[in-house]
Amino acid sequence: MPHKWAMVIDLDRCTGCEACVVACHAENNIATAGPDQAARGRAKHWIRVERYWEGEFPNARVRFQPVLCQQCDNAPCEPVCPTFASYHTPEGLNAQVYNRCIGTRFCANACPYTVRHLNFYNPEWDKPLHLQLNPDVSVRSVGIMEKCTFCVQRIRSAEIQAEGEKRELKDGEFNPACVQSCAPKAMVFGDLNDPNSEVSRLSRSHRSTKLMGELGTKPNVDYLERDSWQNGKNI
Amino acid sequence: MEKTSEQIRADLLRPLFSTGPGYWTAVAIAASMVLAGVFAFCYQVYNGIGVWGLNSPVFWAFDITNFVFWIGISHAGTLISAILRLCNAGWRRPVTRCAEAITVFALSIGAIVPICHLGRPWLFYWMVPYPSERHIWPNFRSPLAWDFIAISTYLTGSTLFLFLPIIPDCAAARDLTRGWRRKLYSLLSLGWQGTPRQWHRLETAMHIMAIAIIPVAVSVHTIVSWDFAMTPVPMWHSTIFGPYFVVGAIFSGVAALILAMALLRKFLRLDEYLQPIHFDHLGKLLLTMSLLWVYFTFAERLTTWYGNDPSEMAVFWSSIRQQFAPLFWTMVVCNFIIPFPFLAIKKLRTITGTVIASTTIVAGMWIERFLIIVPSLEHKYLPYSWGTYRPTWVEITLMVAGFGMMALLYLLFSKLVPMISMWELEAGVRKAPAVPRHVVSLKPRPATGIAESEPFATDLSR
Repeated sequence: MPHKWAMVIDLDRCTGCEACVVACHAENNIATAGPDQAARGRAKHWIRVERYWEGEFPNARVRFQPVLCQQCDNAPCEPVCPTFASYHTPEGLNAQVYNRCIGTRFCANACPYTVRHLNFYNPEWDKPLHLQLNPDVSVRSVGIMEKCTFCVQRIRSAEIQAEGEKRELKDGEFNPACVQSCAPKAMVFGDLNDPNSEVSRLSRSHRSTKLMGELGTKPNVDYLERDSWQNGKNI
Repeated sequence: MEKTSEQIRADLLRPLFSTGPGYWTAVAIAASMVLAGVFAFCYQVYNGIGVWGLNSPVFWAFDITNFVFWIGISHAGTLISAILRLCNAGWRRPVTRCAEAITVFALSIGAIVPICHLGRPWLFYWMVPYPSERHIWPNFRSPLAWDFIAISTYLTGSTLFLFLPIIPDCAAARDLTRGWRRKLYSLLSLGWQGTPRQWHRLETAMHIMAIAIIPVAVSVHTIVSWDFAMTPVPMWHSTIFGPYFVVGAIFSGVAALILAMALLRKFLRLDEYLQPIHFDHLGKLLLTMSLLWVYFTFAERLTTWYGNDPSEMAVFWSSIRQQFAPLFWTMVVCNFIIPFPFLAIKKLRTITGTVIASTTIVAGMWIERFLIIVPSLEHKYLPYSWGTYRPTWVEITLMVAGFGMMALLYLLFSKLVPMISMWELEAGVRKAPAVPRHVVSLKPRPATGIAESEPFATDLSR
C-alpha cells in the first residue's frame, strides 16, 4: 500500500524553542538570509514558529505555532505553476522540482500559508557553515522557489533501505529533521495509511484541527490544541 | 473644411519624409529610457531578483502592475477600431491606426514585462508548448499558461489587424519613393496593385479580423484577471474580476488613445484630421467607461464590506483607511472626480479637457492595478507573515523603460507609416455626401457600408 505522509503538531506541547527551525536549516541546506535581508522580509525558513500574544499584561499569554508546508492534498500552489515545478507526488507529497522552476512566484502568492520561499540571490554560507552542507540535498540557485519537503531525502533513503531488506517501513523508523529535533516531542511524523501509526492515532484526536481547513486545501499537517486555544480563554 | 485626395496624401506622408530636430530629441529621450531599463534588467539578471523590492509575502508588485497596466492599455485599439469598424462609424477613420498601433506596442511591452519578472528570465521559453527534450508540456491548468496563449494570440491578431489596412498605404508610399524606402515599402505592401480583387480580399480579411479580435481582446483581459481570481488570496478570489478588468482595460486604453491622438495632432500637425469632434466622441466613450469603472469598484468594495470576512476586511481597510488610503483616494480622484466634470459637461469636453481627464485616468489606472495586487499580498491569512512592500530603483527604472519603449515604438512607427489610414480617409471623402455635421450623427447609416459622418465630408464625389 502506498504511504501517505503526514505530521501532527501538538501546540500544547510546543515551547517555541525553534530547534526545529535550526535543524531544518542544517538538514536542508537553507542559506541564512542575514540581518539586512531578513529586515527586508527575505528570511527563509522552511519551518517557522509563529508567536501570537493573547490578552493584556499581566494576563498575557504567548502562543507558539510552528508552520511549515502543509503538504496539502488540494494544494493551491500546484495548479497555478505553469511548468509543473510544483507537483503532487504519488505519495501525496507536495514536491517542488527545482530544475523546472522558472520563478513566476505564482505558487508563493497562491499559498495561503506563505510557506514557499524565493531564492532572491544565489545561496551563500558564512564560514564554516559551508562545510556542513548536507550531500543528500541539492542547493537551490537564484530565482527559484523552495519549501519544506517533509525531508523527502530521509523518506527516500528509508524506503530504499526497507526495500533492500525486503520489509515494511516501521512507524517512527525515521523522522524529518524538525520532528527529530523537537525536545518536547510536540511533532510526530508518520504514515496516515497505517491506521496504527502514532500520527494516525493523534490525527483522530478530538484536539485535532487543520490550519485554515476552511479553505479546502486538505492539509496533511494536523494541529492538536485544547479548546481554550481557539476560544482565547486563559487556563 | 475640404480636402482632396492629393492633399490628404501630401499631409499624411509628410512626416515620413521630413524629420526635424525635435523628433530626434524625442527619440533620444525615449531611447535613453529604454537603455536605462536594459541596464536595470542586466543588473537584475547578474545579481538576482533580490535587487527588486519584493519580499516574502509580496512576491508580485511593480512587475505585475506594469503587466496588467500595459495589457490594459492595449485594449484601446480593439475597441475603437474593431467595434467602430463593425458599426461603420464614419468618424473612426482618422482614429483607427493610432489605436491599433497602441494595441500592438502596449501588448509587446506587456508581454516583455512578465519575462523580465521571472526569477530565471532566461528560461521563459519553457512556457511555450512545444515538444522538447524536457519531455514536458506547460501546465495547461495554470492561468499563466492561459496568459501566454491568450497574449500571443492577441499579439498575432492585433498585429495582423494593424498590418492589413497598412498595405495600401505602403503601396502608395512605394509609388512615391526611391532607394531603400522604395524597397522597404515594396516589401511591406506585399505586391499591392489595387486591383478590385485585392480590395475585395483586403476588406474581407479586415472584416474577419475585426470580428475575431473582439472576443480575443475580452478573453485576454479576463484571463489576466484570472491570474488573481484563481488563487485563494483575500480580495483576489472574486468572480467580478473578469468583467472588472475588461472594463478597466478599455477605460485606460481609451484614455491612452486620447493622449496619443493629442500628441500626434500637435507634433505631426494633424489638426485638420484629428478634430475636436473625435475627442468629443472618445470623451463620451471615456465617460461611459469611467462610470462603469466606478460602478464595478463600488460593487466590489460593497460586497466585500457586507460579507465582512476577516481576512478580506484586513485588505479592505488597509486600502481604504490605512497605509494605502492615500493611494486609494488618489485613484478615485484620478479616475472619477477629476475626469467626470471634464467628460460630462459638453463645454469642458474639448481637446484640453479630454487630455486632462485622460492623463489622470492613465495614472489612476496604474494605481488601481497596484492596489489590486499589493494590499492583498501584504495581508494574506496569517497575520504573522504580513509584510510591507517598497520598490527599489530597479523596478522604478523598468517601469520608466516601459513608458520609454511605448514612446520609442510610437515615434519610430510614425516615421514608417502614415499615422492615419490614407486610403480609408480617401474612401470617406469620395463617397460621403455633404451633410451638415449636426445632422450626421442622427442620420441612419446607408447599407452600402460606408458611413457619411466624416467630419470633413465634402462634395468631392468622383
